[in-house]
Amino acid sequence: MQITGSELFVKALKKEKVDTLFAYPGGQVIDLFNALYGQKEMEVILPRHEQGLVHAADGYARSTGKVGVCLVTSGPGATNLVTGIATANYDSVPLVCFTGQVPTGLIGNDAFQEVDIVGITRSICKYAVTVRRREDLGMIIKKAFYIAKTGKPGVVLVDLPKDIQKALGSDSYPDKIDIRGYKPNTSVHNGQMKKAIGILNKAQRPVFLIGGGVNIAHANQEMLELAELTNVPVITTIMGKGVIPTTHKLYVGNIGIHGSFAANSAISECDVLFSIGTRFNDRITGKAGTFANNATIIHVDVDPASISRTIDVDIPIVSDAKKAIFALLEKATTLNTDEWLKKIENWKKQYPVEMKSQYMTPQNIILAINQIFKKAVITTDVGQNQLWATQFLELNEHKQMLTSGGLGTMGYGFPAAIGAKLGNPQKDVIVISGDGGIQMNIQELATAIVYELPIIICILNNGYLGNVRQWQELFFDKRYSSTCMRYRKCCDTTCNSPNKECPEYTPDFIKLAQSFGAKGIRVTKTNDIIPALQKAKENRKSPTIIEFIIEREANVMPIVPPGNALNDMILESEETAK
Amino acid sequence: MKKRWISLYVENDIGVLARISGLFSGKSYNLNSLTVGTTEDETISRMTISLTSDDKTFEQVKKQLNRSIEVIKVIDFTDVAVHRKEIMFIKVKNCTFQDMTELFRMAQIFNLKVIDYNKTTALMESINTEKINNDFVRLFANAFSNRIEIVRGGSVGIEAIN
Repeated sequence: MQITGSELFVKALKKEKVDTLFAYPGGQVIDLFNALYGQKEMEVILPRHEQGLVHAADGYARSTGKVGVCLVTSGPGATNLVTGIATANYDSVPLVCFTGQVPTGLIGNDAFQEVDIVGITRSICKYAVTVRRREDLGMIIKKAFYIAKTGKPGVVLVDLPKDIQKALGSDSYPDKIDIRGYKPNTSVHNGQMKKAIGILNKAQRPVFLIGGGVNIAHANQEMLELAELTNVPVITTIMGKGVIPTTHKLYVGNIGIHGSFAANSAISECDVLFSIGTRFNDRITGKAGTFANNATIIHVDVDPASISRTIDVDIPIVSDAKKAIFALLEKATTLNTDEWLKKIENWKKQYPVEMKSQYMTPQNIILAINQIFKKAVITTDVGQNQLWATQFLELNEHKQMLTSGGLGTMGYGFPAAIGAKLGNPQKDVIVISGDGGIQMNIQELATAIVYELPIIICILNNGYLGNVRQWQELFFDKRYSSTCMRYRKCCDTTCNSPNKECPEYTPDFIKLAQSFGAKGIRVTKTNDIIPALQKAKENRKSPTIIEFIIEREANVMPIVPPGNALNDMILESEETAK
Repeated sequence: MKKRWISLYVENDIGVLARISGLFSGKSYNLNSLTVGTTEDETISRMTISLTSDDKTFEQVKKQLNRSIEVIKVIDFTDVAVHRKEIMFIKVKNCTFQDMTELFRMAQIFNLKVIDYNKTTALMESINTEKINNDFVRLFANAFSNRIEIVRGGSVGIEAIN
């Protein structure tokens, strides 16, 4: 049967079992929207901005394990996706993004709303392609979904010219696809694994360093079994956090420039570093040449290009995390690590990650979130709010954290929560954001209202772009350049401390919430945290903004100053310890 | 740092060349030359790429290329027996009669083919290795300073049989 490209598009999405489509209409996708009209299998979500749209699809994908699907128009619709595509791709989130395009005959003519989106996104997605012939459409969509979700997952962009959407052609959609240049690795190299296990079994001070790859592979249960079987302590990157319950006795903490002293010290002193699913990003390694200097490093990653890139590895293993962990479970033995664990426990006790203050702290807020929500998806924005969340959030098989780890995209948290709530209606969805980041996609409050999504938005309001301000305080002599969110025209441009005369904050988040039809609660005291969260939890019909007025100059501690080794940290303000 | 050679099989599609060259610029790899043409299978193109890098970067280059969906096969040509040739045109302008005589003599000695000429200008073709072509450029630039025009094709390579 002959059908239009648009009809084949809808058929393809149904075949790929897409249940939620994040879509914003426009001139060059009007045919596609026409084909979507009235169908019942897919819910079509209309966010308020394409950036919010793509982050929502990202949050949906991360929290459900399915592919997130976007549809936007050409030109500005497509360019508004760019940040979200880079965000998702950097964190290996499977997305398929469809963009409208001017008719093939007009491409290159600088037509209205024409951009070369394939060219623009080439370096920030896994694969990008323009459909140039109607007969290729089905095969290309099949390919897009296959590439997005296999191997190291990522973003695929499919550019759909208007004439392809209209053109009649075959209604067939392939069941299988074979791509000669793309064969994701499916097995574990036995010889390498044997060597790795041999080394692990002889270790005195071993650690597992676990990255986001294990969460992506959904190997959390197996990882827990492996840790318990071997008695080897587990350290995570930000993206790996939650891979085993954070309250587990073998869990040490996060590594990195805001990692815990215990985790960073354990990495520096371990004799075998068994890492799975991390790319040794510069945020976790500290000064080059000082990282895990005493250790034999074993590195498992699905992406060969991640291995021996920043850190020289002794035993590289290219494998999917889950397959590698299965192989390990077969051969690994219980190690006597009691003394090593005791040493780590002492580091933990000596320098715990905690905030001491007479005021309400982000730690108080996050601990209350831990206490109240038992089945939840928690999204973070980027900056101090994110770092505090990674320090204090309790995660386990019922609680997942979504955060923009690789790209560090402000404005990610709230729209991602919309996607997470759509994908997990039975779970509580909480956003931990700052006053800066929340304003980057605040328009999505309307989306949360119209789809009746009771998301709880916790804004940690310190009136600063706090993470940059912290760096300015610690490393730039308190020159608070463009980081004060309460700055007004009347202020001294060289002001470097908050005071009583500071202008009022704008916007008023409570009134803002109300204007959208959401609830707004302002919290200024520690005692009011739990009642506010409970009230928000009871609101099942609309989102709730809780604005927490926190100390203006609270810092994220500890921190590894730039150029220092991992265990050479500033532990508290004004105190440096080795 | 060392000069390296890669032979690359890629999909013969729009945008693949941009993808490959963009990978080099985006990741600051030092690309020396890149040639591309279709193969016996018209859906596949083959590129010959030369670059200068240390061992670690070169490993990354190969891995990154392999990672691209459009790349079918990456072959390291650096230390294997290959035939490598580059086409180069040398045009020499504003010649006197004496210059022309000298030119033709040089062409004969160095085995360059004169493919076109008139009274004052001659065009030669050199199909040689990149290194020999480099020598010719120097030679002609010295002999006919500011009067030469060079067009180089970049090297193409194929595995040796013996």
